[in-house]
Amino acid sequence: MGRSASQDVLITLVVSAVLIWVMPLLISTYTLTVLVIYGMLGLSLGLIWGFGGILCFGQAAFFGLGAYTYAIAAINIGESTVPMILAVLVPAVFAALLGAMMFYGRLTDVYLGVITLVVTLILFKFMNSTAGPQYVIGKARLGGFNGIPGFQTLNVPGDPDTYIWGDPYFYVCAIALVIVFLLVTWLLRSSFGRIAVGIRENEVRMGLMGYDVAARKTVLFATGAAIAGLAGAMFANWGEIVTPTLFSLGQSAEIIIWCIVGGLGTRLGPIVGAAGLAYLKFMLGQQSMVDNTLITGLILVLFVLFLPRGLVPAIASLLSSIFGRTKRRPNARRTRRARHG
Amino acid sequence: MDLSFVILIEMLYAVASLVLISAGLAVVFGMMKVINLAHGEFMMMGGYATITAVSLGVNVFVAMLVIAPLVVGLIGLIVERLVIRHLYGRLVDTMLATWGLSLVFIGLATMIFGNTTTGISTPIPGFAVGGYQINGYNFFIIIVSIVLVIAMYAVLRGTRAGLIARGTMQRSDMAAALGYSPDRIYMMTFFCGSALSGLAGAVLAPLVGLVPTSGGAYIAKAFITVIAGGPSLIAGLVSSATSFGLVSQIFTFAISPVIGEVALLIAAVILLRMMPQGITGRFFKGKM
Repeated sequence: MGRSASQDVLITLVVSAVLIWVMPLLISTYTLTVLVIYGMLGLSLGLIWGFGGILCFGQAAFFGLGAYTYAIAAINIGESTVPMILAVLVPAVFAALLGAMMFYGRLTDVYLGVITLVVTLILFKFMNSTAGPQYVIGKARLGGFNGIPGFQTLNVPGDPDTYIWGDPYFYVCAIALVIVFLLVTWLLRSSFGRIAVGIRENEVRMGLMGYDVAARKTVLFATGAAIAGLAGAMFANWGEIVTPTLFSLGQSAEIIIWCIVGGLGTRLGPIVGAAGLAYLKFMLGQQSMVDNTLITGLILVLFVLFLPRGLVPAIASLLSSIFGRTKRRPNARRTRRARHG
Repeated sequence: MDLSFVILIEMLYAVASLVLISAGLAVVFGMMKVINLAHGEFMMMGGYATITAVSLGVNVFVAMLVIAPLVVGLIGLIVERLVIRHLYGRLVDTMLATWGLSLVFIGLATMIFGNTTTGISTPIPGFAVGGYQINGYNFFIIIVSIVLVIAMYAVLRGTRAGLIARGTMQRSDMAAALGYSPDRIYMMTFFCGSALSGLAGAVLAPLVGLVPTSGGAYIAKAFITVIAGGPSLIAGLVSSATSFGLVSQIFTFAISPVIGEVALLIAAVILLRMMPQGITGRFFKGKM
């Protein structure tokens, strides 16, 4: 990190302002909104995996949980401010409980992966089986495989009849992403973030230095889940329906692929990977010659084999070698260690 | 009396199918430490190989027990040469690469066979016990998995090939020093693991409607069975399949099939929390 904090914030603000201004001229805001939401979802996993070394196979669980929380609360309350807050809190609390169970049990890599995967499956199976009228929370029917349609979408706080949709909704989402990005930047610059990276590098050593490794990992895990929950609530507003496919394994897989392709151990990588691959998928969906899944799979395999560091670090090192700058970048060894953590 | 017999058969069947589903992954993960997330798709391809062979006029048992394992084994061989051999020892990278492979296989199967359900009828007729109808094919699956477990034990314990394979997995450098090529042994072991997955997919094919994405239904179960089993290959496989099979069937009969599935998953979470090294990490230590 060669730049000072204020410079970092300034560059982020300028670049994102230009992007928010230029991108709607190229792509429709309806598509852009979902790219921004996926970018935030990618960032949530990028934070806990890339900087905390926690490989979560079930980030989609928090995404779906945020979406469902928003939908259920919005139907019951009829106004969107409190549901938005709940959609961040509920996944965070859920993740804190789950994380405490795993991290205080000293579970690592594969076992962590299995448990997060299994929890996602449980939610998926349970939500799929809630078709009957007995599954009701307040006024909201859970609706099984068909999901929950017709809830109150985002409105101006305090005024339930003024909806935010279309172009303004895109700007809300984009600004939310910028704010989250800045918060993540701040978190990583704080001592908490530096210790989290230390835990990623060597958990035993950080434990011996007196840091409570399990508590710190739990907090980081919950933070990631809160971001994923926010993305989920925004996705619910965008789609105006929530279905159990939000919890599916395919969704979890995609988030991991975004991080790998974009570049792990960077803040920007997962966002770029998410938006780029989601747009690619959107373009591929408009042709029927080659199957969509096939291409996603090929991309993942090729990246793991040939570019395991991801796009953003590769481009950054390419640029710095062209311009001959000797700026320090997260090098390959550190990134690799992170993925085995 | 009749009911308890039916329940007994159903429980045995649940355990047997878990053993069958997980056997291929147990070889690949338990011995080679490669987590093959394309395992479910290997099973799916075993099913498609059977159906294709049967529609070409091959006897259904030959198709299931010979053709499907060979076809999937060969696919596994290609995959090992092209992708997995570059990633040995990098656990997370193998997981991601094989997840990518599973998506590739789903895409390929969709392009070749279309996104429709295909299936074959069960070759063994059912029969009645008192007032209940039992699927005769369940017995076939139970017998196949018992034979499979015994055969795996015999090969690993009794034959020279099994001894060499086990030795190589423990110390590949020593095996190399004694004149065996670890590269080739890894290749053959992966072939065997893939063939077992193909066999499982083929044997289960008559019971399920096959779609390109049906591998996803197996992978989670296989994954948790193998991980919960722990380091010992066969003892772990049998013990964890038994416990999960019993838990899921008890809840299925007591409440509903969905709760049975959920109970299996919750049992897995609790088991892993209590015994992070798997069942055989604590009990049956040092067994096969």
